[in-house]
Amino acid sequence: MEALGLLLHGFSVLLTWKILALMMVGLVLGVFVGVLPGLGGPNGVAILLPLTFSMDPTSAIVMLSCIYWGALFGGAITSILFNIPGEAWSVATTFDGYPMAQQGKAAEALTAAFTSSFIGSLVAVMLITFLAPMISSFALKFGPPEFFAVYLLTFCSFVGLGREAKHKTVISMALGLLIAGIGMDTVSGNLRMTFGSSDLLRGINFLVAVIGLFGISEILLTMEERLALRGHAAKINLRTVLNVWMDLPRYWATLLRSSVIGCWLGITPGGAIAASFMGYNLAKRFSKDSESFGKGRIEGVFAPETAAHASGTAALLPMLALGIPGSGTAAILLGGLMVWGLNPGPLLFVEHKDFVWGLIASMYLGNVVGLVLVLCTVPVFASILRVPFAAVAPMIVVSCAIGAYAIQNAMFDIWLMLGFGVVGYVFKKIGIPLAPFTLALVLGSRAEDAFRLAMIGSGGSLGVFWSNGLVGTITTLAITLLFWPVIDRIFTDVGRMLRPASAAG
Amino acid sequence: MSNTDLEIVVEDPTAPDDESPSVVSRRTIEIVASLVLLALAVLLGYDNWQTGIEWDSTGPQPGYFPFYLSVILGGASLYGLISALLSPGAKIETFVTRAQLRRVLLVFVPTALFCFATQFLGIYVASFTLIAGFMRWIGQIAWWKSLLTAFVFTAIMFVTFDVAFDVIMPKGPLEAALGR
Repeated sequence: MEALGLLLHGFSVLLTWKILALMMVGLVLGVFVGVLPGLGGPNGVAILLPLTFSMDPTSAIVMLSCIYWGALFGGAITSILFNIPGEAWSVATTFDGYPMAQQGKAAEALTAAFTSSFIGSLVAVMLITFLAPMISSFALKFGPPEFFAVYLLTFCSFVGLGREAKHKTVISMALGLLIAGIGMDTVSGNLRMTFGSSDLLRGINFLVAVIGLFGISEILLTMEERLALRGHAAKINLRTVLNVWMDLPRYWATLLRSSVIGCWLGITPGGAIAASFMGYNLAKRFSKDSESFGKGRIEGVFAPETAAHASGTAALLPMLALGIPGSGTAAILLGGLMVWGLNPGPLLFVEHKDFVWGLIASMYLGNVVGLVLVLCTVPVFASILRVPFAAVAPMIVVSCAIGAYAIQNAMFDIWLMLGFGVVGYVFKKIGIPLAPFTLALVLGSRAEDAFRLAMIGSGGSLGVFWSNGLVGTITTLAITLLFWPVIDRIFTDVGRMLRPASAAG
Repeated sequence: MSNTDLEIVVEDPTAPDDESPSVVSRRTIEIVASLVLLALAVLLGYDNWQTGIEWDSTGPQPGYFPFYLSVILGGASLYGLISALLSPGAKIETFVTRAQLRRVLLVFVPTALFCFATQFLGIYVASFTLIAGFMRWIGQIAWWKSLLTAFVFTAIMFVTFDVAFDVIMPKGPLEAALGR
């Protein structure tokens, strides 16, 4: 109940003309970013972050999170009308969304996608409203060993549960952590890994790296492919929207299942990609008519969209409550918090109530406004794709450069951005995942500080990470997750060996 | 009601040829990337070792944490190198074809020139030149459209960042002549 009171306070912070206007600007920019080829949620948020430098933190985070919601909505437009998934988590939406568009049901498919995105986000925001304050007040009892154990858990689960080759995830993460350590050591004041360069003294800002890795590399990759588009136009009218909404209760089980999967995979760093596929596959499995999936079934749009958006939103829960982002975009938002001088983590709920509850309230409001906005303006946004890529590409490059420069007012950062663009291009093509890199870059110094403080406290004994039940459980869980593929294989092998014996018995 | 006609069609006259020959295989790039990462791990490891990886009275020295990360990076890169050398399948997999590389360079080279020009001309003049030039020469878009788009976009950026949000950007001789 206390949460409801605080949420109402959040709405009171939010309901000013200035913030509502920023919210609209953010949503429109976000849908733009989601629709344009070569951009997406994380890139959009990273590139547009400098716009918010002169704002107060609440206005800034509201605008940025609305860019994020907008980008999520925008991704569905290209998936359904053009069969082009803007993000990997939109892939499952194309399975049934595009066939629906081919059958002349583009409006139904889009309404279903936007509505289920809204439902998924709503469930996750409700979870955040009630769970985040509880987790953060629990986390207030954490000391450095507990925090390091939680960071370790995050890193290990990326390695153990990720779908990429394990050594590639380790490379990505170790490189991110190392780059985060460049510059002046905050504890001793010593210089590390600067090699006498004055530009490296202040370290490598993670936003510069993200803009290069995601923005510039995506332009290079998009340019590499054929840029011809062939898609369906769509207009949504009120009758179609109402028809789809009237049908919604029939799919309550799918929506609920996908929401739960999404929330779970968002909080643990499973990610929106896994959530969308899992949501889709489970809907297919539980369906009485699973054969019709992939041929234009509305349930096939509901399931992945609900799961992806629940996951994308739930990824903000650990960011707010513990200061640990659950996704790449959450990591960028977290970087934003640090730029504005806020210290993400459990203390945020105590020290910056207005900010936290304003943000949570904006998640509710942003999603409602976003839903109405996209339903009304689909044809406008779909026609953005008519703009030739030769005009879009240099504009994105310029936006990236402005973004990279504005963070520290350094020309060196523009060159760094270009370098990271090439690294991102190569990494993406050889399958080194970029999300662990981003996460490591953001959390690197915090993880190192927690490790050093814990080790100082224990006089150098690693036993501190098993010194009490809580930290011991988290550390053991982290190590279990790290070796999960090996453990899983052992279980499977043992099971296979036992099965013939028991069958014979 | 929704319209089933194919209404939005964007052609790409400069699309890469599907038959274009491979420039380099994926395996070669994986080997090169693993070697570069391995060298980086050795370099950073050595630097951190010199900074100090021992324990002193204030706890672990500054190089302690990054040194062990360099070891992890080195180990994973070595594993990557060995697995790339041992995987015959990746040998025939193309990393980039000649036509694709040409297109990637069509973006990369102007972007690098833009970064260079920003140092001397300021970001707004460099942006105007990049957008107009890119649209005209690479996109084959009419001169007037290219110049107009570049001008409008640069003006919006200037008003948004420099005037409305007070974000300082690199300036060049033009801005100096205009008193900004």
